[in-house]
Amino acid sequence: MTSKVSSPAEQADSVDPRGETAPGADTPGGVKEVRRLDRVIIRFAGDSGDGMQLTGDRFTSETASFGNDLSTLPNFPAEIRAPAGTLPGVSSFQLHFADHDILTPGDAPNVLVAMNPAALKANLGDVPHGAEIIVNTDEFTKRPMAKVGYDSNPLEDGSLDAYNVHPVPLTTLTIEALKEFGLSRKEAERSKNMFALGLLSWMYHRPTEGTEAFLRKKFAKKPQIAEANVAAFRAGWNFGETTEDFAVSYEVAPATAAFPPGTYRNISGNLALSYGLVAASHQADLPLYLGSYPITPASDILHELSKHKNFGVRTFQAEDEIAGIGAALGAAFGGALAVTTTSGPGVALKSETIGLAVSLELPLLIVDIQRGGPSTGLPTKTEQADLLQAMYGRNGEAPVPIVAPRTPADCFDAALDAARIALTYRTPVFLLSDGYLANGSEPWRVPEADELPDLRVQFASGPNHELADGTEVFWPYKRDPQTLARPWAVPGTPGLEHRIGGIEKQDGTGNISYDPANHDFMVRTRQAKVDGVAVPALDIDDPSGEARTLVLGWGSTYGPITAAVRRVRTGGDHVAQAHLRHLNPFPANLGEILRRYDTVVVPEMNLGQLATLLRAKYLIDIRSHTQVSGMPFKAEQLADVLKEAIHG
Amino acid sequence: MAETTTEPTIEALSLVPKAEALQSMKDFKSDQEVRWCPGCGDYAILAAVQGFMPELGLAKENIVFVSGIGCSSRFPYYMNTYGMHSIHGRAPAIATGLASSRRDLSVWVVTGDGDALSIGGNHLIHALRRNVNLKILLFNNRIYGLTKGQYSPTSEVGKVTKSTPMGSLDAPFNPVSLALGAEASFVARTVDSDRKHLTEVLRQAAAHPGTALVEIYQNCNIFNDGAFDVLKDKQQAQEAVIRLEHGQPIRFGAQSEKGVVRDRATGDLKVVTVTAENEADVLVHDAHAASPTTAFALSRLADPDTLHRTPIGVFRSIDRPVYDAQMSDQLEAAIEQKGKGDLAALLAGNDTWTVVG
Repeated sequence: MTSKVSSPAEQADSVDPRGETAPGADTPGGVKEVRRLDRVIIRFAGDSGDGMQLTGDRFTSETASFGNDLSTLPNFPAEIRAPAGTLPGVSSFQLHFADHDILTPGDAPNVLVAMNPAALKANLGDVPHGAEIIVNTDEFTKRPMAKVGYDSNPLEDGSLDAYNVHPVPLTTLTIEALKEFGLSRKEAERSKNMFALGLLSWMYHRPTEGTEAFLRKKFAKKPQIAEANVAAFRAGWNFGETTEDFAVSYEVAPATAAFPPGTYRNISGNLALSYGLVAASHQADLPLYLGSYPITPASDILHELSKHKNFGVRTFQAEDEIAGIGAALGAAFGGALAVTTTSGPGVALKSETIGLAVSLELPLLIVDIQRGGPSTGLPTKTEQADLLQAMYGRNGEAPVPIVAPRTPADCFDAALDAARIALTYRTPVFLLSDGYLANGSEPWRVPEADELPDLRVQFASGPNHELADGTEVFWPYKRDPQTLARPWAVPGTPGLEHRIGGIEKQDGTGNISYDPANHDFMVRTRQAKVDGVAVPALDIDDPSGEARTLVLGWGSTYGPITAAVRRVRTGGDHVAQAHLRHLNPFPANLGEILRRYDTVVVPEMNLGQLATLLRAKYLIDIRSHTQVSGMPFKAEQLADVLKEAIHG
Repeated sequence: MAETTTEPTIEALSLVPKAEALQSMKDFKSDQEVRWCPGCGDYAILAAVQGFMPELGLAKENIVFVSGIGCSSRFPYYMNTYGMHSIHGRAPAIATGLASSRRDLSVWVVTGDGDALSIGGNHLIHALRRNVNLKILLFNNRIYGLTKGQYSPTSEVGKVTKSTPMGSLDAPFNPVSLALGAEASFVARTVDSDRKHLTEVLRQAAAHPGTALVEIYQNCNIFNDGAFDVLKDKQQAQEAVIRLEHGQPIRFGAQSEKGVVRDRATGDLKVVTVTAENEADVLVHDAHAASPTTAFALSRLADPDTLHRTPIGVFRSIDRPVYDAQMSDQLEAAIEQKGKGDLAALLAGNDTWTVVG
């Protein structure tokens, strides 16, 4: 993958990251210069076995606890241990942090940490000239370089002259620092990521207590390894402070103004989604039941929920995707808040059961953490190409509401919202997250208990219909006139014994019916129920009120689109922005909003699926901008797209 | 039975509420017209199940029948209990979710040879190995009825059907062998027309904690009529049917003159004419044997083409941990270890910071 090299001034969020000296700043060691930055983008890159994800996670935690706003982008191959030292085996973690609110993990890193030649080669294209590159020189020997096609040493042949390169023998220094621990060379070497983390923590004045506590907890059963990692981490810090190569350290002040008052934590999309499900179960006062089959990038939700049995959460790892949703649907029949979690290939397998849930009219959450497709596609990369599958991927007319979170933390609220719809309307609901949201993280204001919605439901408890002869009976398909939801009568309720199934049912009684007029009525009623789901009106962000161009997105593109919009506005142009959470039904005011603008740009990580839906429904010509690289949009590129749309 | 006041509690159903009043067969008949073909074996099974249910004495609102797709899968519509007619092959999965989340329910799965062994084969074997508290009634008519007469996974090799005009090439499944191989803790076989035997097998299945698989030979009088006649005709049945009873020697024939013994050369089972010399060698049926080996050997006795030497009854019934009970135990253990879940504490986690306004 190549990407345009740009000057730092053009990086995300239109802020110049070049720092200014902060004379009063707290200087480590009291001698070195400290510069103040308003934001930094760091990318850690190494082999998939080098612990880059852990390093990134720790730096993120340190940064979160320091109070910066942040956004992360883990990027790793599908193989657990891809061949060492190769380009496909490179794993990276990008972190953007700032003293103000930010929206994306950033387009291009200001600092690249490259643990080997492969990591350098795979990532250099994203690094702008002038950026800092910290390389592990120990790995720049003949074979590792030859493996990735370096004929000469890039550290010596001048090819990196445009960058500010810091050659550091990370491996040697780590082994040296750990020589008293009596570890084998190989064991000691494994701590080099902690050395790198220590160095970066020094460079950016990160608090270190959290990482030391984390290491001692993680290796509680191997105290020697724990202490070795702590020692490597401290050695990295001290190296930064003492060596002359690192003359400057940087401060990025906490983003106090970016956050409303409250208690905060850092959270990834899959964790927020898991917590949203537990919270929904709590707020609905219904036990949570997850039926699932492991699949990247959704498995973390299964892992997380399986830890919370003390909340009454039942997790069932099924024999396949079909059984996962089948068990969930069975639990829904029994009165549980039922969930199945998967990714695109799993949705394909679950389609028939989703259709059954539509016909049974039972609440069910289908969580689709989208990844690159078709087929196995790109398991660890992101995409938004399951929208039409969620919308239409079933036999017959089988409408299903669709909710899409916009940021990692928003996965919490989106899960509650999806549960609300499922429970209120007795319907399966799609929650469309994606790999970028699932693994990315950001600060999240922890909600207070009284901020959570009341999701309690009323099970049917007695007859709901009177026959002509005065007999009181229970009709499983007699609907609530407002919501069109049918009663939820759970087994164990005396007198309400009834049978439901996938065959067409007579309106009201629920008995099997092949009557043509009844089928027509039932198809239209199920559609009307979903069309009538209450969703909030779409908000428009157009501060100048003069915009003639609207950019409309959905799901995880919120960050890059918003960053691009800021950039365009900073450049003096007018653009309006709106972002859809509800893809089915659309907000009632969507058509009117679309008609207000001369141009509507819809960026999507697919080949224009939302654009297709909008054109079909509103007969409006949409300017579709698409990207299916497995990576999120870059703000700079989106800004160019918007400028082009504005100026024609 | 009606006179008894202190019926023994069936362990498998101990969590299911009891009926307040005595029940009769008609309490279990729904108001729906039964729509199987006249003469279908399903009628007999339905009558047997409806007739047997009152004996369990369970609150009928706590009984659920779940089915897949096929002729047999219309069964739930005719039971005045809770029921779900689901999709092809998936009933064991759906029932697993229901049974593992609601231990106060008695959950029954009704399925057929195509539903359970073809499209739903995966769910069947996994339900059996997990040992969820489900009673699976597999109606085996060795044909696809609802789709009008294609061969099924239990049809005999060479069967001529609409989709196999030159004869079926598929080797059939033996459902009992399959279930035993899938670690089933309870496996039985019975016949639709033998009400007494069918009821007795249902009785034992209902009492079994865990997944019970009951294969019911069922006649499809439209597309595979007479498939089990050899087991039903009084004369022929004496030679063809081997009735398994726990603790009893395995003997059959008009004069019980035949017996099942172990072949010393191969370790397999074989049928011999019982004599004074070999009478002591006749195998005594042990449904509770720890190893499924002998049960498996019994399941292989029948000739797949003629159905001669077909054992019926309970092949295997052993105690094994029950999935839903263990799932509940884990929930309780988690509460004991960590206390009841505290949502606020969960959401905040261990690593927070505060922003003051």
